[in-house]
Amino acid sequence: MTWADAGWAFLRVVIVLAFLLGTLPFVIWGERRVLAWFQDRIGPNRLGPFGLLQPIADVVKLFFKEEFLPKAADYRIWFIAPALALFPAVVAAATIPWGPNRQLTPVADIDVGILYFLAMSSLAVYGVVLAGWSSNNKYSLLGGLRSSAQLISYELGMGLALGAIILSSGTLRMTGIVEAQDQPLWGIAPAINHWFIFTPWGFIGAVIFWICMVAETNRAPFDLPEAESELIAGYHTEYSSMKFAVFFMSEYMAMVTISAILATCFLGGYLPPLDIAPVAALAESTSGTALGGITSALATLTGWLSAPFWFISKIVLSLFIFIWLRATLPRLRYDQLMALGWKALFPLALVNLMIAAVYFGFGWIPALTGYGILALGYALWVINRRGKEPKRVVQMHSDAAPYQPQSHREVESVG
Amino acid sequence: MPTEVPLNAYLTLGAFMFVMGMIGVIIKRNPIVIFMCIELMLNAVNLTFLAFARHQPTLQAQISGHMYVIFVIAVAAAEVAVGLGIIMAIFRLRDNVDVDQIASLRE
Amino acid sequence: MGERIFFFLLAAIIIMASITVVASKNPVRSALALVVNFFALAMLYITLHAHFLGAVQIIVYAGAIMVLFLFVIMLLNLGSPDAMQETTEIKRPIAWVIGLSILGLMMTQVFMVASVVPTEAPEWIGTTENVGNALFSKWAFPFEITSILLLVAVIGSILLAKRRQLN
Repeated sequence: MTWADAGWAFLRVVIVLAFLLGTLPFVIWGERRVLAWFQDRIGPNRLGPFGLLQPIADVVKLFFKEEFLPKAADYRIWFIAPALALFPAVVAAATIPWGPNRQLTPVADIDVGILYFLAMSSLAVYGVVLAGWSSNNKYSLLGGLRSSAQLISYELGMGLALGAIILSSGTLRMTGIVEAQDQPLWGIAPAINHWFIFTPWGFIGAVIFWICMVAETNRAPFDLPEAESELIAGYHTEYSSMKFAVFFMSEYMAMVTISAILATCFLGGYLPPLDIAPVAALAESTSGTALGGITSALATLTGWLSAPFWFISKIVLSLFIFIWLRATLPRLRYDQLMALGWKALFPLALVNLMIAAVYFGFGWIPALTGYGILALGYALWVINRRGKEPKRVVQMHSDAAPYQPQSHREVESVG
Repeated sequence: MPTEVPLNAYLTLGAFMFVMGMIGVIIKRNPIVIFMCIELMLNAVNLTFLAFARHQPTLQAQISGHMYVIFVIAVAAAEVAVGLGIIMAIFRLRDNVDVDQIASLRE
Repeated sequence: MGERIFFFLLAAIIIMASITVVASKNPVRSALALVVNFFALAMLYITLHAHFLGAVQIIVYAGAIMVLFLFVIMLLNLGSPDAMQETTEIKRPIAWVIGLSILGLMMTQVFMVASVVPTEAPEWIGTTENVGNALFSKWAFPFEITSILLLVAVIGSILLAKRRQLN
């Protein structure tokens, strides 16, 4: 390893960290604005253009807040818990490629790239659990307990959903996975890239991965560890000032990182949706003319910018859907959460992986037959179940009269 | 490429971890901590397996060391699942998991 | 040179963490020290060219097993240091004597054996490809046996955890 290599490595790390930290205020601002839009409000719009400086004001506020330490807290563990929450969100981004240039990205192109991501995301639970335990507060402890069960349950579905992708690309390397998607769609459509979401197992895998990543980042509707209305704020009830800000940051960083993984594994990474380069074609046709210099410079520029542009667009799309879910869906109950993870997503991901394996081992006819048998089995199960399920009847007290709006008006007129 | 670190450095580290785990199993009374000490011993063995594998001459011999580590990890996972289930069951039965006081199998 | 520095750094972390696991009175701190220990071990595995096992070590041990430990500690509320005071002080010297004598025994063997083993090795042995090839060809039978073991463990733990219906 030479000094030049070390310099490049340092640059790669700096770029990833700068991206993660630099997008953070925009993500927070974007969430507040989009959420306001969903709820027919205006959202932060006072500070700076469109309220863009609002996150900075929030950080300044958090800096000057009083730091509060619960008396019976286990101080050392309480102190490192926010750092433990932030650590996996930052380091998990190390294997994600955001462009074709192998000198600038990814930080480390190791041959266990996806496993590295799974390993780091599985460490995310410690920050939450230890924060909940060390606060010495019943609500925090409940939040920590919920979080540990939730994260273990949803990691399984996540790993199995990624298993189908590993089968399709034949490698665990993140760059290899992106390159495997750089081919004609289904081998026939030459201009469209073969994103894994367009394959059957990739599509089901993407849906499963989607649900699991919302659960892994503790976002609504899976925000049981911090459910405001049930647990006050769950594991970070006792945290204030910058320690709270670190938890907040880690949640948003984890969102960005995991969206990048989704983009890399299912949405073609930094590849554009269509393999058409109009600017490059223009540069070729005008080469030699007076415009040639400008168009070729433009082509080089778009060539450089296109990969990060598409990658970031996919991340933004994913973040938008995160916020959309938060604005739309009510929080799940704890038993519903466990049932969804273990009874729906886990078997579905397993079957999906099996069918992908059948396809890659024996071709598409047995795989299609497998899908047919599954659909038939599911239909039979639904039909069989429909008659047997007991009808839900709400038992009312015998004295209780049904609510009648008119009676209210009558009473009012009499009075 | 030969390794820079000699084999006996790895073995010493593994032996130290193993002995610490053993001491923990003997002196601790909390069954969960005893479990953790057993995990420590298993990991000491894993480390020595991998260190030996790194110092084998052929690929076949090296990969055997890795295989053993995989099986040890799988067995450890199975052991933890059952062991923690047993601890939970005992706690449900008698509200106390002190290993020095759990002697109902003996009496 | 780099490998040596890395080894001694990780070895120091591992030694301190394994002492903390045993010496700490608080089970949560023991568990945390064990997580640190496993993390350092995973990095040590990577320096031993076992990339796949390094990743598996973190996923299985740090990500699943230790979370289960913490979950049970919190659920049974064994976290406070004075939940279980050590009363039988006689065990401690005995444990130290036995431990140190076994360590001494092992060290003599370590320094006898290590002079025999050569330190030449080809590079990149523990890639996913190599491990997978070996696991599904020569070691397929033990692999399947392990899966049966895991199945038995799953059924056993469900049986243990299930509340029996009183009828």
